[in-house]
Amino acid sequence: MQSQHHMLPLVVNGVSYVANGKAIIEDVSFTIHDAGLTILLGPNGAGKSSLLKLCHGLWPLSSGSIRWGDADVQDVKQKQAMVFQRPVLLRRSAAENVDHVLKLRGASSAERARVIEESLQWAGLANIADMPARKLSGGEQQSLTIARAWALNPEVLLLDEPTANLDPAATRRVEDLIRSFAEAGKKVIMATHNIAQARRLADEVLFLNHGRLLEQAPAEQFMSGPSDPLAGRFIAGELVE
Amino acid sequence: MNEFSNAFRTAAHLLVEMDPGLLEVVLLSLRVSLSAVILAAVFALPLGAFVALTPFPGRRGVVILMNAMMSLPPVVVGLVIYLLLSRTGPLGTTGLLFTPTAMIIAQCVLVFPIIAALTRQTVFDLHEEYDEYLRSVGAGTRQKIATLLWDGRARLLTAILAGFGRAIAEVGAVIIVGGNILHSTRVMTTTIALETSKGDLGMALGLGIILVLIAVAVNTAVVTIGGGANQRTV
Amino acid sequence: MEKPRKKLLAGAMVLASLAALGSYTLLSSPKGTNITLASTTSTENSGLLGYLLPIFKGDSGIGVRVVAVGTGQAMRMAMKGDADVVLVHHRPSEELFVEEGYGVERISVMHNDFIIVGPASDPAGIKGVTDVAAALGRIRSSRAAFVSRGDDSGTHKRELSLWATLGFQPGDDDRDWYRESGSGQGATLNVASEMDAYCLSDRASWVTFGNKRGLELLVEGDPLLLNPYSVILVNPQKYPHIKAPEGQQFIDWLVSERGQQLIAAFRVEGQQLFFPDALDPTEE
Repeated sequence: MQSQHHMLPLVVNGVSYVANGKAIIEDVSFTIHDAGLTILLGPNGAGKSSLLKLCHGLWPLSSGSIRWGDADVQDVKQKQAMVFQRPVLLRRSAAENVDHVLKLRGASSAERARVIEESLQWAGLANIADMPARKLSGGEQQSLTIARAWALNPEVLLLDEPTANLDPAATRRVEDLIRSFAEAGKKVIMATHNIAQARRLADEVLFLNHGRLLEQAPAEQFMSGPSDPLAGRFIAGELVE
Repeated sequence: MNEFSNAFRTAAHLLVEMDPGLLEVVLLSLRVSLSAVILAAVFALPLGAFVALTPFPGRRGVVILMNAMMSLPPVVVGLVIYLLLSRTGPLGTTGLLFTPTAMIIAQCVLVFPIIAALTRQTVFDLHEEYDEYLRSVGAGTRQKIATLLWDGRARLLTAILAGFGRAIAEVGAVIIVGGNILHSTRVMTTTIALETSKGDLGMALGLGIILVLIAVAVNTAVVTIGGGANQRTV
Repeated sequence: MEKPRKKLLAGAMVLASLAALGSYTLLSSPKGTNITLASTTSTENSGLLGYLLPIFKGDSGIGVRVVAVGTGQAMRMAMKGDADVVLVHHRPSEELFVEEGYGVERISVMHNDFIIVGPASDPAGIKGVTDVAAALGRIRSSRAAFVSRGDDSGTHKRELSLWATLGFQPGDDDRDWYRESGSGQGATLNVASEMDAYCLSDRASWVTFGNKRGLELLVEGDPLLLNPYSVILVNPQKYPHIKAPEGQQFIDWLVSERGQQLIAAFRVEGQQLFFPDALDPTEE
């Protein structure tokens, strides 16, 4: 799994994030060296989603620093794509949603047509290309946001609880897409509170609670016996606050 | 009550006969109000979007002002434009007073705040939803405005139609700056006012009915043309 | 898919607005010559101007654009330079208008007369009274409803001067019976007919008024009710943009034999509404 991925390592150093006087992320430091699929795991309100958005450069850091490879977090958005918990889809057809990001990247129209077709095909959405995106089912909508991310050919994909609102069939479909992203050599970082999902997908786990990073471990090691006692209770299925 | 049956008879009569006087007045009404609305929209849409997206000192004040301007009394707008365009006014040399252009300007002023304020609200709401996506994919300000205006098109169309409704229905401004001159600046509403003042209530009401029918026709046309796009805006 | 459509839309919008503005600027620039006449609602609403002006245009090629407002407003409009000619009916303000240099010369054109109309029930008992002061006195003493124009028009000014012959000036104590409509003659007649009230009107507006309902003509014929109209050219020395030659041509035509005959020939429902004054000055 060691890679030549030039966005890596991701180095998060002493990062805090304060909003409205409340500390959301407190002094978090970690390094991710490897490609593959990293899961940010923890109960709701642990700060997973905030940490993800900080790593994407969407929000300003209150303190600390984040670097992707040689670059500052603010300079790498173009090489990343992010998928949100509630799919943000434009009020247009599925194909036009993909087209939108390609146009922002300045792709030629021939190129755009090709990539739209490929990415919808890849996500199994070719048959609904002309449907209004917001009339699609929840699973199709989230698949479309991932297809849109795929169309950008990013080096890093960030996902924030992408299956939180989906039924099991749709979840399986979305997980397959995420897995195939990782298998294509992209770095994937995904936030989830679902321990079973983490078990299915993770190569590496970062366990967070109350805005603090409690443990970072390879998935197998984490699942078989985390060193943090709270993480232990969490994977045992207890309610952790 | 006699007036009502009388009015419908008059309206039907005018329509069936395709009364040339009526046609002239209707066409002028449409041309003045449509021009005013289009002109207002060309500037109000980007401005509304800009105010929604760009924080600047005093923005709250601007928003309140824009919303308040929606209730500008047409007579006051008419009076101000009249004073500006009057021969002794600052824009007197243009010679525009008592011309359809003056009426377009007055209606444009009336309609502008409606379109700008509703655009701001629409774009603001949509931006709440799209903000993180747009920043994530690296959209610039102009690209953001274009995306939000296009995706808000159903509601913006409604805003523009609301503006058109205000323009075509108002009499206070156009009668002052247009002068209700026969064959030149006489539109539907000023004709209605004139017929009312002549005590020809049946004719006035009949014209009112035709005005409503025209508004229905314009709205239907716009919704039909915009219909294809509308489906995708849910 | 989206871009060409958006471009098309934007292009269409710009084109449409340019075309609209362009056509109006062209339309409003004088094709042939147009003059602007500020006049009273009585001359316009009675149809007199609608009857005269096309004939004048045929004779001279000059179009006359009429802005019909009250006498007061017509003269204020002219004082701002927004009309070339005024056709109004209130001698004192006309004289002042000329005196202050806004008008060139006051020229009598025609007259009609004022009348008092009121409900058929006639609570003040003025029907057939030929002395207008006496009739107004009865309305006042019976405190029967009376609607005034209240809009500084020629008719309004005349009404106030008629009350003044009784030494009366409507005030706060008269609110229960003396109402000001603040609008044109037609609107005021509408109010009178709705409230069963008395009202002073010029004859032309009354005859052509379509919503008389219970109203009747009650008082007419007093010389005090004579309503002379004058035409005045706005002073080109005050405002160089005034179309003086064309305006003068219109005035000359109105007071010419042809113009005067046409005024005399104008009929509504078989009634002569305006009586020419220019040819025989002794007639008035």
